[in-house]
Amino acid sequence: MAEILTPEEIIKQGEPVFVKTKLMTDNTLSYCPGCGHGVAHRITMEVLEEMGIGDQTIGVAPVGCSVLAYEFMNIDMQQAAHGRAPAVATGIKRLFPEKYVFTYQGDGDLAAIGTAETIHACNRGENIVIIFVNNGIYGMTGGQMAPTTLEGMVSSTSPHGRDVEMMGSPIKMTEMVATLPGVCFATRQAVHKPGLVRKAKKAIRKAFENQKDKKGTSIVEIVSNCNSGWKMTPVDSNIWLEENMLPVFPLGDIKG
Amino acid sequence: MAKVKGAIVVDTERCKGCNLCVVACPTNVIELNEEVNIKGFNYAYPKFHDACTGCTNCATVCPDMVITVYRFKPAKA
Ligand SMILES: Cc1ncc(C[n+]2csc(CCOP(=O)(O)OP(=O)(O)O)c2C)c(N)n1
Ligand code: SF4
Ligand code: SF4
Ligand code: SF4
Ligand SMILES: [Mg+2]
Repeated sequence: MAEILTPEEIIKQGEPVFVKTKLMTDNTLSYCPGCGHGVAHRITMEVLEEMGIGDQTIGVAPVGCSVLAYEFMNIDMQQAAHGRAPAVATGIKRLFPEKYVFTYQGDGDLAAIGTAETIHACNRGENIVIIFVNNGIYGMTGGQMAPTTLEGMVSSTSPHGRDVEMMGSPIKMTEMVATLPGVCFATRQAVHKPGLVRKAKKAIRKAFENQKDKKGTSIVEIVSNCNSGWKMTPVDSNIWLEENMLPVFPLGDIKG
Repeated sequence: MAKVKGAIVVDTERCKGCNLCVVACPTNVIELNEEVNIKGFNYAYPKFHDACTGCTNCATVCPDMVITVYRFKPAKA
């Protein structure tokens, strides 16, 4: 009969099986408690660490809550003007084709002000990775309606819910750019449950492997919460996400 | 069969008390403390630590990288 160890003994004698990646800095994340941005950052950095390419990668931070991503991701980063991350990433990748280049963008950044940059970088098949965190709202500026806001969803600029007659329907950017020949991989993931986090990480890995193989643009959408903007607790926001976001933005590979 | 045992270390001062690790733990190890940390958050702690299997679910969903997980597999007798 094996002896029963106390937790303290397990910590001393056991193997560490989950340790914060060194590619995240020790800075306290500026995100609200429970916000999915933290997990999306971490798994992106874990992929770079596992591929051993942290020192060969340049990230492009957006405008939005993740504007400070360069404070948290312990790699070379450039911050871009609102929506322009794919254009900035294009320039970086073309100057340094041997580097791995990715953008990290919210839905306001990627699907509203940056629509043109997104579509044309994808259409050119720029050999970059786009990490697209879709929380259906402008989190940073106080919860305004985004192009991705759901029908009937209340936001500070749609207080009676999004009226699709007047404001159009939630835009599915990942499906849209998947139609372009330049895009080799388009997938939609989530990070609110352990199994989904592990899947999302695999998708990000595949995206960076595509870049290594010079296959073109990979876009990994991550459906995420904005518990502050949605005005819910973190746990409730993840339940709401599952019940309301996922039917409109279903998870899985769209292309590649 | 030797049973894998786990344990967690919570970096109390980094915790934002979001409760996501609590709902992610399959064996209900974690609870939020009634005490608060220096930022005023009710921080997570392993209340029923002996039930931990080291599955890493809590750390996987923690947005703030607060939790480190250890696992110990006793050698077969
Ligand atoms: C040119 C310009 N227009 C508008 C803004 C204001 N602004 C800052 S963040 C933001 C939206 C961010 O939303 P999203 O990309 O979804 O990021 P989130 O905060 O939700 O992660 C806007 C409109 C700005 N900073 N610059
Ligand atoms: S406002 Fe929303 S997106 Fe921004 S940090 Fe808070 S929860 Fe996250
Ligand atoms: S490692 Fe698994 S069992 Fe242990 S506290 Fe975390 S979620 Fe619970
Ligand atoms: S998930 Fe992380 S930040 Fe949230 S309560 Fe648990 S340990 Fe604290
Ligand atoms: Mg957003």
